Amino acid sequence: MNGFDSVTHLIYLAVAACFVLGLHFMNSPATARRGSQLSAAAMTVGIVTTIAVLAKAHVITGTGVAVLASGLLIGGAVGLWMARTVQMTQMPQLVSLFNAAGGGAATLVAFVAILAEPGGINHANSTVVVATLLDVAIGCVTFSGSIIAAGKLHGVVPGQPLIFKGSRAVSIVLALVVVAGAITLLTGHGGMPVLVAIAVAALGFGVTMVLPIGGADMPVVISLLNAFTGIAVAMAGFALDSLVLITAGALVGASGGILTKLMADAMNRSLMAIMLGGFGTSDTAVGAVTAASGAPVRQSSADDIAIQLAYAERVVIVPGYGLAAAQAQHELVALANALEAHGVSVSYAIHPVAGRMPGHMNVLLAEANVSYEAMRDLDEANAELPIADVALIVGANDVTNPAARRPGSPIFGMPILDVDKARSVLVIKRSMGHGYAGLDNELYNDPKTGMFFADAKAGLAALSAALKEYVH
Amino acid sequence: MTPALFADLAVFVLALLVGIEVISKVPATLHTPLMSAANAIHGIVVVGAMIVAAATDTVPGYILAFVAAVFAAMNVVGGYVVTDRMLGMFRQRPVAKAPVAAAPVAATDSVEAGA
Repeated sequence: MNGFDSVTHLIYLAVAACFVLGLHFMNSPATARRGSQLSAAAMTVGIVTTIAVLAKAHVITGTGVAVLASGLLIGGAVGLWMARTVQMTQMPQLVSLFNAAGGGAATLVAFVAILAEPGGINHANSTVVVATLLDVAIGCVTFSGSIIAAGKLHGVVPGQPLIFKGSRAVSIVLALVVVAGAITLLTGHGGMPVLVAIAVAALGFGVTMVLPIGGADMPVVISLLNAFTGIAVAMAGFALDSLVLITAGALVGASGGILTKLMADAMNRSLMAIMLGGFGTSDTAVGAVTAASGAPVRQSSADDIAIQLAYAERVVIVPGYGLAAAQAQHELVALANALEAHGVSVSYAIHPVAGRMPGHMNVLLAEANVSYEAMRDLDEANAELPIADVALIVGANDVTNPAARRPGSPIFGMPILDVDKARSVLVIKRSMGHGYAGLDNELYNDPKTGMFFADAKAGLAALSAALKEYVH
Repeated sequence: MTPALFADLAVFVLALLVGIEVISKVPATLHTPLMSAANAIHGIVVVGAMIVAAATDTVPGYILAFVAAVFAAMNVVGGYVVTDRMLGMFRQRPVAKAPVAAAPVAATDSVEAGA
């Protein structure tokens, strides 16, 4: 190893270390942005170093430079535009699309490497063959799977679980094609057509894997696919013998895996059950006001609620999926600000899976200028709720259902917000329709609970108007 | 197994463990930005796209390398910009807000919460 190589290897090592440090800084909201910037700076250094390596080696052709530069500029511009213009509520599907791009890039890198290999895949060494196979198979599954997942979240692909007759059989056949193709290549037969067949089958498998999964489970799926892309990138690293790709890919693979588990745990669902699909509903809750259990439900008017809120000392707001779906976070914050101006102490109790993915609600509220000190996590919120005068629930359901404390309930064991310990409970909800778990919420039959049936956006605006009348 | 492959595998396994260890400590508040940041980090595949673009000299190779470069650049640029945009929104309570909020309280706030 000469001096130049030593320096570039040390730089790549520093880049990988900065990725780890960048993730470490994301432990706290106060340092998170610095962490992301450190990571971005490391990425820039890695790219510049690679340019230097390629320039010094004099191997890249003029056409290669043109192809690479134009590709990077176009891709970078598109990515920048998408990232700048996206609405925060559409964040999950954008992450999914970028993830698809990463998976697609990892797959194509393996293909180009094999095309450049003299004699093709049959003459590559076994490490390269294994790494290429895994890269292509995993990369293709994440590419098509992430696009379908983004489509489901965006409403382009129906959110309901899509199961057609024989879809399981199709999945199995596609998986078998991938395995058979891999065996063919590993035993030194086949060639490029077999690798292409594996890629096509894996693309199909990604589609049939995600279609049967309901829209509500999509965040978990995106997180899983994010981890997959990390592993695919690490495999590309094995094929190209690039340590920085291996390190960064493995980091993302592990982080995505842990995140996936945290999300599934917070929903009290096993990953296996999610992947088998058929559970979960579409984004839009439908249904009229139907008290399914027959127990009495007390309805409140906007004026009632405004008075209750105005006379409270401490209000804990519980925002949920319905708030995110209605994009009503600004209306919510306007109401909270009016209350605070009136001397009411307001905080936000955020369940780990509120919104469309963990932490999404925090982002939505932060966008509406809520400081993160006003946001309570599950434990902090449950310490505060018993001394709260009012718990105001906007578009959340299952995460407030006291049934989760009773053994035998389907959601038993799911961590919930103890809203029923507050002095009174107010619920803004479109209808008595069920949440994600398909259960009646016992909270709604509690005598101290008042229900206000409205779309989150319209309901909150009505409350603000009523409050304005009242506090004048 | 060659020593080089063994070294690569060791790095792979240790990086997995570091990833698990670092992530397990992140609060749920930051899970969405974290997912986005991790998404941006696998944009390192852009380095792979550059390496293979230098190794190829056929038309199919150039075409695939071009698409790989577009995808990888989209992933890395978009990923970091959107993460930064999200994290830029996490701010502390503005200091100036406190006295404003305290002013119009007195009249109604002395009433005991009757709910």
